[in-house]
Amino acid sequence: MSDLTQLTISQARTKLRGKEITATEITEAYLAAIDRANPVLNAYVAVTGERARDMAKTSDAKLAKGEGGALEGIPLGIKDLFGTEGVHTQACSHVLDGFKPRYESTVTTNLWADGAVMLGKLNMDEFAMGSSNETSYYGPVINPWRRSRLDTVVMPTTHQGDGGFVSAGGTRTARSLDNAQLVPGGSSGGSATAVSAFLCAGATATDTGGSIRQPAAFTGTVGIKPTYGRCSRWGIVAFASSLDQAGPIARDVRDAAILLKSMASVDPKDTTSVDRPVPDYEAAIGKPIKGMKVGIPKEYRVDGMPEEIEGLWQKGIAWLKDAGAEIVDISLPHTKYALPAYYIVAPAEASSNLARYDGVRYGLRVPGKDIVDMYEKTRAAGFGREVKRRIMIGTYVLSAGYYDAYYLQAQKVRNLIKRDFENVFAAGVDVILTPATPSAAFGIADEDMAADPVKMYLNDIFTVTVNMAGLPGIAVPAGLDAKGLPLGLQLIGRPFDEETLFQTAAVIEQAAGTFQPEKWW
Amino acid sequence: MSVDVKTVKRVARLARIAVSEEDAERMTGELNAILGFVEQLNEVDVSGVEPMTSVTPMDMKKRQDVVTDGNKAADIVANAPATEENFFLVPKVVE
Repeated sequence: MSDLTQLTISQARTKLRGKEITATEITEAYLAAIDRANPVLNAYVAVTGERARDMAKTSDAKLAKGEGGALEGIPLGIKDLFGTEGVHTQACSHVLDGFKPRYESTVTTNLWADGAVMLGKLNMDEFAMGSSNETSYYGPVINPWRRSRLDTVVMPTTHQGDGGFVSAGGTRTARSLDNAQLVPGGSSGGSATAVSAFLCAGATATDTGGSIRQPAAFTGTVGIKPTYGRCSRWGIVAFASSLDQAGPIARDVRDAAILLKSMASVDPKDTTSVDRPVPDYEAAIGKPIKGMKVGIPKEYRVDGMPEEIEGLWQKGIAWLKDAGAEIVDISLPHTKYALPAYYIVAPAEASSNLARYDGVRYGLRVPGKDIVDMYEKTRAAGFGREVKRRIMIGTYVLSAGYYDAYYLQAQKVRNLIKRDFENVFAAGVDVILTPATPSAAFGIADEDMAADPVKMYLNDIFTVTVNMAGLPGIAVPAGLDAKGLPLGLQLIGRPFDEETLFQTAAVIEQAAGTFQPEKWW
Repeated sequence: MSVDVKTVKRVARLARIAVSEEDAERMTGELNAILGFVEQLNEVDVSGVEPMTSVTPMDMKKRQDVVTDGNKAADIVANAPATEENFFLVPKVVE
């Protein structure tokens, strides 16, 4: 293997432990790849080369002694939402200018304790608000995938090639890449691009309405949002506290399982962290799914859904059936209300969480004629358009006289959404299969979406229900569309049953294969 | 329900975000698009349904009432735009 960045985490782990490669070598390979690719893809907002080299050196010393943790020497990228001590942590917002926390988030603490190496901080939508990574203060992330078209090329006969090769002639088809730049999805767009373009072995991400699963689906990577309470939220910049969960984006199902095992923990510093031991997720991979009951919710067949998505879904059903699963039609009647309820609950919680950015304790300060003027100018300059829009919605729905009509109603509907899932699981369904997104990746600066915020919000239509109910969900690549772009399927499980998700996702991966973008950057 | 420019300005004031006349006009349209979208929640029958308060049924964890942290004044002010002797500095609030 000449290029160490091509190794999956599980492959690199074996080679590191077997002393075939060193942590320093693999870290240098990633730093060199980032150096070349980042000016084009914009996945990293801060590269921590020196720290990465130091951490790799420490890992090598441990590995030489036959010691080392579960991720010893594995280079990772960290979403800018995670507090990293002494290192750029700005949630990709201008309002947190220059913020370097004096603490380390629990999730990253867990990763470093297991020996992982930090390559840097990854780009994201500002405060994780967005589905295209275009709201970042640091500019959009570019998807390493591009559309392509199949051309029929006529081969001249007896063509004398450079190596003396003689063509037999005839025609063949060739894919040619389109130059249009596509979004990687969001909000964890930097994480998804970095993993897909081999700029880290795996990445941390967070998911409030689909921010792990949608970018994973747009980039042909695997992303899991665990059950609410599985990963500690301590030290992660808060967006919507009752919905936010951390999880990994990885190149395959096994790598996602390895990363989640290290990220998850029981944390006394987060009162919503659940007191349950973290299982060995990797052990679930390869277990047969014979007899498993897979639910297919009819409400996920939405109007205007491209045929290719429906086709992909049917393929997924066939694969699971072939593996011995029992397919059952189910109904989740409140599905269509999840997104509107989300756009009350999430902005309400955000408006309250983001009240702390006032120009006093950290980040940007714009002077004003008095303290209120200073607050208002700081927040006007520091927050981007989408963040302001959500703070405004949240402030409005929580304001006097509107609380019952909006927030209370949304929280009641949320209970109904949760109940839908509980009923289905009580009826014996083990896992639910849906498409991950209603489309493949779209273009940067898509005019329709820029003109209508609700159009952008519809990207999360299949993922947001899972956050509302607090359930675990995984996006796994399942194929390419006619233009050669990756599409993903989503599996939804019972609370804290991530193992079934890994087990089932592995079956889909086995049937569909894994996907890599053609390198153009 | 829909909002007018006056309401948008009032909400911006509550949220402590300075908005220009132009911002307020634009936001009025955007906010109404979103409020129009969430309107459909009203068609759901929620009679007898409790609002959701927790995603997983669990008791709030309690910790021992002991001091576990502190003496970090320098860390706490380290990222502030203006400080003096471990105090945050703000514009004068009382005359």
